[in-house]
Amino acid sequence: MSVLPFSAVLSSRMSTKAPSSNSVAHARRIVQQLKVEAGFERIKVSKASADLMTYCTENARSDPLLMGIQASDNPFKDKKPCTIL
Amino acid sequence: SCDFAPSGSFSPFRRLPLPAKRKYMRSPLSPEMATQEVPLNETLAHLKTESETLKLKLEEERAKLHDVELHQVAEKVEGLGQFVMKTRRTLKGHGNKVLCMDWCKDKRRIVSSSQDGKVIVWDAFTTNKEHAVTMPCTWVMACAYAPSGCAVACGGLDNKCSVYPLSLDKNENLAAKKKSVAMHTNYLSACSFTNSDMQILTSSGDGTCALWDVESGQLLQSFHGHAADVLCLDLAPSETGNTFVSGGCDKKANVWDMRSGQCIQSFETHESDINSVRYYPSGDAFASGSDDATCRLYDLRADREVAIYSKESIIFGVSSVDFSLSGRLLFGGYNDYTINVWDVLKGTRVSILFGHENRVSTLRVSPDGTAFCTGSWDHTLRVWILMC
Repeated sequence: MSVLPFSAVLSSRMSTKAPSSNSVAHARRIVQQLKVEAGFERIKVSKASADLMTYCTENARSDPLLMGIQASDNPFKDKKPCTIL
Repeated sequence: SCDFAPSGSFSPFRRLPLPAKRKYMRSPLSPEMATQEVPLNETLAHLKTESETLKLKLEEERAKLHDVELHQVAEKVEGLGQFVMKTRRTLKGHGNKVLCMDWCKDKRRIVSSSQDGKVIVWDAFTTNKEHAVTMPCTWVMACAYAPSGCAVACGGLDNKCSVYPLSLDKNENLAAKKKSVAMHTNYLSACSFTNSDMQILTSSGDGTCALWDVESGQLLQSFHGHAADVLCLDLAPSETGNTFVSGGCDKKANVWDMRSGQCIQSFETHESDINSVRYYPSGDAFASGSDDATCRLYDLRADREVAIYSKESIIFGVSSVDFSLSGRLLFGGYNDYTINVWDVLKGTRVSILFGHENRVSTLRVSPDGTAFCTGSWDHTLRVWILMC
């Protein structure tokens, strides 16, 4: 694995170790990451879905692309910009 | 520079001429390992077995809570009727493919960037160009408006993200005030200001995301975990805390803690590159769009994919996604020149919009939700509203 050329700003984070210890370090990071993710507290899809639905219905009325708004409130509704003669 | 002749017919196997999205293995970054002693049992084989076991456990845990599908729960919600959306403004002026756009918080200005190296600020109400900057590189793949409306950020093949303060004086040379903020080792794919003009979040073809201080250009935090180019990012709505989501060529969407740099959740269900990610307005979920021709919804508290938005007839990649204000609608810009509008809850398509004459490359709903803007390889931007 070649080491990418790096800018001075990123240099403190780049490793130049030999390939074998890189693989072990890399694998260890993956295991660590998975342990973090495994410990996550999840909720049921039924509950999560209900909450998504609640948010939608509570905000539906004020969603202009869903319900539409008065032409007077929508600056894009006039076909041409007004010109004052 | 590379170009390919736009054709009138669909070509499913057209490839991006530039830049190549490469999959590669980066050397892992762990300087802290230099001072640790390696425990005896940590051979590579042992670690691989452990990671496989953990992956299986993760799947089991996620499956236990998969008691129902979102669209089943949504059966009790009223269906959406006919949707007619039309283009109300067409912004013409770019000389080549539009690659990215962003709305100003004032709901009327738009910044867009193009393959030809130009970044333009438009007044979308009048379609007038207010500012134009020529970047020193082509393929300006990323641009963003500052929260104050007083600056824009952009970058691409120059591997940088630069900030241009917007002057009230139209004659002033914007390029003279340019500030280089971010430096990556590969192309800049996306950028976003955080909730102030002072910090910028970037994603790059070098496989990382990074948080930068605009004033000093200092790197505040870097985010490592993607195994290939990172193509997109989105910040969580400010009420929900300091996280953001990124998507990459490794087919993964990762959720990150901005302060620690830690990847807190990871989702890998797409079958190809993830080109776009966008948070659901409540912050509890996010949508993604991929080269696998699907959009997907991931719920963060259930920690899994909860919906797929796809049809057998849709075979072209999704370049860009965004939600309407209530989160009920998901807009997707596709490589087959169309926009598909999805009912987020029921999983069905409510509308298909035609108008662009080439790929839709970027799509954003306006800050007050009254309109959405699309940018395309046909060199134009379009602003769409609901007709009713």
